[in-house]
Amino acid sequence: MRLLLFRRLSLAALVCLTVLVVSFTLTRVSGDLAASIAGPNASAADIAIITKNYGLDRPLVVQFLDWAGHAAKGDLGRSFLYHVPVWGLIRDRLPVTLTLGLTGLAIALLVALPLGILAAVREGSAMDRGIMMVALLGQAMPGFWFGLVMIVLFGLELQWLPISGVETWQGYIMPGIVLAFSAIPALMRLTRSGMIDALAADYIRTARAKGLSRAKIVLKHALRNAAMPVVSIAAVQLGFMLGGSVVIESVFALPGVGYLAWESITKNDFPVVQAVVLFLAVIYIALTLLADMMNALLDPRLRG
Amino acid sequence: MSAVVIAQDVIKQQLPARRRLPAFRHLATLLGALIVGAALLVAIFAPYLTPHDPFAQDLNLRLIPPVWMDGSQPTHLLGTDQIGRDYLSRLIYGARISMLIGVLTVITSGVIGITLGVIGGFYGGRTDDVVMFLITCRLSIPLILVALTVVALVGSSLAVVILTLGLLLWDRFAVVARTTTMQVRNLDYIAAAQAAGASRLHILVREVLPNIANHLVVVATLEMALAILLEAALSFLGLGVPPPLPSWGLMIAEAKEYMFFSPWVIMTPGVVLFVLVLGINLLGDGLRDLLGADLRR
Amino acid sequence: MRPLVPDPVLSVANLRVSFGQTEAVRGMSLAVARGETHCMVGESGCGKSVSALSVMNLLPRGINRTADHIRFQGQDLLGMSERQMARLRGDKIAMIFQEPMTSLNPAYTIGSQMSEVFERHRRAARSQAMDRAAELLARVGITAPGMRLGQYPHQLSGGLRQRVMIAMALMCDPELLIADEPTTALDVTVQAQILRLLQKLQQELGLALLLITHDLGVVARMAQRLSVMYAGEVVETGTVAEVFAAPTHPYTRGLLDCIPVPGKTQTGEPLGNIPGVVPRIPPGFVGCGFRDRCTLATPECAESVPLRDAGGDHCYLCRLPPDWKRATAA
Repeated sequence: MRLLLFRRLSLAALVCLTVLVVSFTLTRVSGDLAASIAGPNASAADIAIITKNYGLDRPLVVQFLDWAGHAAKGDLGRSFLYHVPVWGLIRDRLPVTLTLGLTGLAIALLVALPLGILAAVREGSAMDRGIMMVALLGQAMPGFWFGLVMIVLFGLELQWLPISGVETWQGYIMPGIVLAFSAIPALMRLTRSGMIDALAADYIRTARAKGLSRAKIVLKHALRNAAMPVVSIAAVQLGFMLGGSVVIESVFALPGVGYLAWESITKNDFPVVQAVVLFLAVIYIALTLLADMMNALLDPRLRG
Repeated sequence: MSAVVIAQDVIKQQLPARRRLPAFRHLATLLGALIVGAALLVAIFAPYLTPHDPFAQDLNLRLIPPVWMDGSQPTHLLGTDQIGRDYLSRLIYGARISMLIGVLTVITSGVIGITLGVIGGFYGGRTDDVVMFLITCRLSIPLILVALTVVALVGSSLAVVILTLGLLLWDRFAVVARTTTMQVRNLDYIAAAQAAGASRLHILVREVLPNIANHLVVVATLEMALAILLEAALSFLGLGVPPPLPSWGLMIAEAKEYMFFSPWVIMTPGVVLFVLVLGINLLGDGLRDLLGADLRR
Repeated sequence: MRPLVPDPVLSVANLRVSFGQTEAVRGMSLAVARGETHCMVGESGCGKSVSALSVMNLLPRGINRTADHIRFQGQDLLGMSERQMARLRGDKIAMIFQEPMTSLNPAYTIGSQMSEVFERHRRAARSQAMDRAAELLARVGITAPGMRLGQYPHQLSGGLRQRVMIAMALMCDPELLIADEPTTALDVTVQAQILRLLQKLQQELGLALLLITHDLGVVARMAQRLSVMYAGEVVETGTVAEVFAAPTHPYTRGLLDCIPVPGKTQTGEPLGNIPGVVPRIPPGFVGCGFRDRCTLATPECAESVPLRDAGGDHCYLCRLPPDWKRATAA
């Protein structure tokens, strides 16, 4: 088990590094960074000064190593815009994004798991088809538009929920639902197919031959085996949700990491952008690692 | 690593629901085909279908509601936007943008993904390890952020969006191509071709590709839907297709300021977007059943 | 076919099961006496597994069974609700299956899977159930039962898993054990061990055992009675002594001819062989199912087949008279 962990960790570190290099290179190479920072009205002299100041004339590798070295020590640079350490900016906004992500995941699981199980148990019935249709609708729904529609409906017309901001916990409900919608189709399908497979297995026949109750057969014997891929996908979906929080946070004006990233991108505040990409990549990789570990925990056969 | 987990997710998503009633399936697929077909026709024949120039502004005719509400005008069936441009015309040209982006992105990402996947799946071993590593890296990149960044740096344009999305959305192609190639690789006719002295390239193109094509077509439809949704999101955030081009996402963004006064402004492009993506998904699902692209066989 | 068995533990009359375009079971009847081993013999596809599942009402959804009656210790099983049936399963009637590798849930320990039967039917506490499980593991010849309880199925070999299945089936002291080809998926040496175990347990506990197999050797070793099945019907039945001494139905004769008998079969002598395969019977089929493979078939065999008596408890389903072999040999 320990060897497994070590190999996974080293692979994860390698992936992380690659992602960083790629994003670093992208930002430096896609255009003239100095020109973007200087703004549209800058003269050539201004651009030259900025290039010098930010060390943008050094070789790419040197720039990257310099940044990476600082990052390893926890110094993610200073924001061009706010002139404060980037880490501080991220840290302040992290709770909102994390809460949002976890809320979205919780709602997604609460909806997808029971519906997926129901669809599997009633496979082929009208209920099954109806549930699958819901999954299809969720997949096609543009999240940002759905958010806007909800704001108009629940915030404006019915006035049940706040239209933006997170002063109260109700502020997380609508964005959480929108976020959940992006994960529900995948989770629902996976639960359903996993349960269908599990229910067709020989050990279910044995369980029935033992006279166990229907509920016990479905929820104890089948679900445990079906749950394994669902759990790992759930962790991965959380990663996606955190990565995609940009859109939702802008729609609902939530002061989270995603909104910070978007702001920074539009205002060319690249130290922040770089740091957020690093941050999200690390979280995603950590979550997939977690997913693997949970898989091993749930399936005794994987424990070696 | 967990690309395997993702692969499982993708594969499971590719599995058709068993015992689905044929009638319902065919109906849904037909609906999907109709929607996609209509979108294609509208996109191609846009100049002949639009009643007005989608870029023509008339500040005297701002925010006229659509025909089913009071205050509408018969010349503008779906009303006008905040600077007087005919909504219906913009919607029709928006279809053009969406379809163009969908098709071109899928071609780009398809070429990249399929090549990687087939190579990894066919050669196995170290090569496959590299391919899996690349896929894992790609999956670890926060998609929207990187796309936004690139567009912000290079400048928004249709071409940039297509290229960016194309260079980023190849992962599912790669995973499915890889898995199916691995399944096909072990079949007898591959060994027979190798024994007959066929070159590797020949085998890949003439033997492997035709047999995995079914699955890839299904992936292509799903990726197309995803590309269209992503472009809409990017444009909504201001870093996709630039104004005054009538991307549906951009139209929703522009309408956002007025949504509290005239909610219908955000409805129409959103509904159309939703319907198109739904249609593509229905078509994709139906193709999967019809082509028998069941990855488990 | 109604063989006379006084006060049977299990009595099935005229069971019919069909799905799609196939009639899997076409009027099967049998009776299992208390403490007796009754074997259902036949090739794959003859309907023996389906019959067993029908008795327990474990058929997949959508497949229906009908019968004149299915009775367990006088109780009617045919009309029983699923809930009532579930109370009997695992308790009074137990069943073990062919594939020990996949019949146990990989996600739970042996102990947990065994104890849950006891907890369910006897409303016992976990510890009590675990004690009983350990006791039974020892009974089926598994060493270090305490350790085994904490192990997972993938940590055990096929033979061990089948022993666990048997032990699990005996948790609540059933009256009837149905074993569907319990040794077919195991190595030959292990097969003999498992059969010996079943025999020993049956004698110790006074179990009635309905043993399904395709191996006549197993029948000879284990059973007091047998029913030979072909294409969904019981074509011959009786005590093992009667049927082996005087196999009458052409199919039974054919089966016995296929087996070399030490001491009787000469070297170089060709073994018997029944050409053809077990047919799939479509709905509405009449007559004898064996006629296409039978060397003695006549046009009448396509119409109706009488149930004939060969003495004692021995009967068979054929138009030929009981002594036809002697008549043709002469």
